[in-house]
Amino acid sequence: MSAPPTAATEEKLTKKALTADHPTWCPGCGDFAVLAAFYKVLEKLQYPHEKIVCVAGIGCSSRFPYFMNTHGIHFIHGRALPLATGVSLSRPDVHVFVFGGDGDGFSIGGNHLNHAARKNIKMTYVIMDNYVYGLTKKQTSPTSPVGFKSKTDPAGSIDRPINPMKQLLASGATFIARTHAAQVKHMVDTFERAILHDGFSVVECLSECVMFYEGSFDDSTPRKGGVFETIDESQHNVQDDIAAYQLADLPSPGKFGVFYQVQRPTKNALEQQWIEKTQATQNGQSGRDLLRRRLEGMR
Amino acid sequence: MSQSAAPTGASERTLRNAVIRLAGNSQDGIQSIGGILARLAGRTAQDVMTYMTIPSTISGGPSIFQVHLGSGEVLHPGDESDVLVAFYQHSYDSHISALRQGGICFYDSGEVTEVKHERGIVHIGVPFTAATVEATGGSARDRGKNIFVLGMLCAFFQLDREKIAGILARQFGRKDESVLRNAMLAFDAGYAYPVGDHSQFVFEPGEHLDDKRISSDGNTMLAMGLIAAGVRYGSAYPITPWSSIMEILRTELPRYGGIYVQAEDELAAVSMTIGAAYAGHLAVTGSAGPGLSLKMEALSYASMAEIPLLVINVQRGGPSTGMPTSVEQSDLMQAIYGSHGDCPRIVLAPQDVEDCFYIALEAARLAREYSCPVIILSDQALSSRIEAFSEPDLQKHWIEPQLDLSPRAEDFKPYPLDAITRHAPPGAKMAGKYPHVSGLEHDEHGHPSGNARMHQRMTDKRRDKLVALSKSLPLPEIHGDQEGDLLLISWGSNCGQIKEAVNRLRAEGHRVGAAHLRHLHPMPAGLDRLWAKFKKVAVAELNDVGLYGYGQLATLLRAAYAEPKIHSICKTDGLTFRISELVTRSEKLL
Ligand SMILES: Cc1ncc(C[n+]2csc(CCOP(=O)(O)OP(=O)(O)O)c2C)c(N)n1
Ligand code: SF4
Ligand SMILES: [Mg+2]
Repeated sequence: MSAPPTAATEEKLTKKALTADHPTWCPGCGDFAVLAAFYKVLEKLQYPHEKIVCVAGIGCSSRFPYFMNTHGIHFIHGRALPLATGVSLSRPDVHVFVFGGDGDGFSIGGNHLNHAARKNIKMTYVIMDNYVYGLTKKQTSPTSPVGFKSKTDPAGSIDRPINPMKQLLASGATFIARTHAAQVKHMVDTFERAILHDGFSVVECLSECVMFYEGSFDDSTPRKGGVFETIDESQHNVQDDIAAYQLADLPSPGKFGVFYQVQRPTKNALEQQWIEKTQATQNGQSGRDLLRRRLEGMR
Repeated sequence: MSQSAAPTGASERTLRNAVIRLAGNSQDGIQSIGGILARLAGRTAQDVMTYMTIPSTISGGPSIFQVHLGSGEVLHPGDESDVLVAFYQHSYDSHISALRQGGICFYDSGEVTEVKHERGIVHIGVPFTAATVEATGGSARDRGKNIFVLGMLCAFFQLDREKIAGILARQFGRKDESVLRNAMLAFDAGYAYPVGDHSQFVFEPGEHLDDKRISSDGNTMLAMGLIAAGVRYGSAYPITPWSSIMEILRTELPRYGGIYVQAEDELAAVSMTIGAAYAGHLAVTGSAGPGLSLKMEALSYASMAEIPLLVINVQRGGPSTGMPTSVEQSDLMQAIYGSHGDCPRIVLAPQDVEDCFYIALEAARLAREYSCPVIILSDQALSSRIEAFSEPDLQKHWIEPQLDLSPRAEDFKPYPLDAITRHAPPGAKMAGKYPHVSGLEHDEHGHPSGNARMHQRMTDKRRDKLVALSKSLPLPEIHGDQEGDLLLISWGSNCGQIKEAVNRLRAEGHRVGAAHLRHLHPMPAGLDRLWAKFKKVAVAELNDVGLYGYGQLATLLRAAYAEPKIHSICKTDGLTFRISELVTRSEKLL
């Protein structure tokens, strides 16, 4: 954990303080519940209001920052992670949260996910996975199951979907979890663990697109007759990547909870160490003097 | 070699200028001795400009390093050389034609077996390899033959031996002792090698008496300028000829408390840099043409979201992988317009190596002041060229980076219509609502807005701030005649060349001037006043004339001013302009 919740803030972070514009999502969209859960976690953690930053790319889910009364930036499709990396590395004092969809994270931004994960950049990333492109009105996404009929696959998708948990395990992410927008308590707990993890934490959150993929998650929604099965951590060692891989291999709807969590130094910390090591040899010279000496070396 | 008009009574002929071309293979260390000669020039009040070709293959190959030394101002790297040093037969064969009539050719007599006695060229065969092996005891094979040649040139031109020894000691002294000892042995052997009675050349005293002269290349000075400008963060992906800037920043920024990140690709690089900028820092990304293309979507974002951002593009031959180690200036249109939407941004180009430092400072100031992306268009010639100039005065040119986390008042708006955007970065307490930085068209508060009138007003806002900038920019000065028959205009690394071409044309009796543009977008308002008193204008630039017959800057000038007297002098052969080319092509317009 980078910074403990500060008691010293004069302003209490309430849902009211965190609420901005009314969400523009379709009524019934799973993303509402994700937003509600996030308010709850922030209310619990009580970070200083001004230190919270929400970052997103493009998509229905990526509209998230507008609905949060916090510092927020709505960037371009697929590049939220590198933007957040720039914020995180250059501002160790703020808490960086990234939100986005399955297309944004696994398709156009897929490579960034690999690199943010392997570099273990300090931030929390919530992927609101609806197995479809919502904003652009029903095209196949990299998580759409085979056979899913979309506007780009009218006869049913023929391409094998990715398995987000396996992909994240391979990428080197240090905190990997899966949750469900219909399970508010599970979401809140999972988000909280992710946020308290010191490193790159990713949560895939199944969040139904009622407009373009209704019923996508019925098999994991008990009130629709499905089963919501959580990971029993007395049986599953979260530090064991092979075990996590096996969990990820379970057929749909699979299990929910923390698949994997290990401690590895963040890039933030390693860069800071390098800075301190370098600066220790400089006898407190000012930047201007350092550069002056560098230029003198060219005489 | 231009010699003084009347060296009366002197047994020595004094020189004002000499162009020395070292031709060998890239692994022979000709760049290193060329660099030493350039550095020496800086230390002996002389001026210098170098030019090198780099083989694009990794294993090396034929390469040249040309050094133009002069007691006065040196404006170009030299068309033809006065002295050729040929390490191999292939070097001799390729470069003997570029040696001037009556020039001097040193060649390795162990390698070059066929020489052509023509055009009064004086041939001096010296066994560089064998003599080096002999001098250094033969243990290191022919390593050090470049230093042998340096010693030979030092004696020939009666260069300052002490100072060269000092530079060698600095360069080799850090390695183990035997390395410096071998280098000095090779140097002394070259110095003492009898090359006949030609060794009577001595330079006039240098005229640059400033004791704080440095010599460096364009990429290094851009990096130094960025540091002086307060840039501490950024991200990039390697590509020739940009890479050395990111290597310097990666290595040196930690000393100043900063971080430079090697990203997975250019899309990530520009995004990380915008992230650091959004977080309140001045940050820089950079690339060459292909990488700049990959950054375009994010650059439009930065215009829309009004993020201050620095972008360096060190141009090379294109399109595509093109000629990655050759010079070209074909990214001007890409830099100004290469994005979706109407996305005004600032584009600047440094005119020489020294200017690389100052343009970085200016770019940083403009990015902060106008809250938009600023692209610095350098080019391959500037990136690797060495010049000597006065050391920048950091008392005057130093900006301490500041993160403005001051609390913002209740009425704070991220996108006011009546003022330039000043973002409130994360960490700033907001008395009112927290700001959203947005790439969707937005209202003053950053709320997404599909309102047609708002889009027009915000478009006006983003454009008008740069229109205001254009009115504050000074017109470039005209070198040479202030009125006449032809005004040569150029940008980027051609600055010295057009001035030298104008000097020669005027010496022939023509009435011509030269003007160089550093501000390419926006251009200074009222540029037409520059050429009002000239019959014709010729824009010299290293890009193609395209389908309509005009180079990229010429096209822009013609479009902006509907001025039919603007012509183009363009080429894309991967080389910088020769003075003779500019003179001949100007004469055709006269
Ligand atoms: C460069 C670029 N390409 C394509 C788009 C169009 N686009 C916007 S969102 C999107 C996909 C959204 O799907 P997802 O990321 O799953 O988010 P969702 O809307 O489902 O939450 C696409 C293709 C774009 N905005 N930018
Ligand atoms: S289209 Fe789907 S994902 Fe988008 S808001 Fe509507 S329900 Fe949600
Ligand atoms: Mg989606």
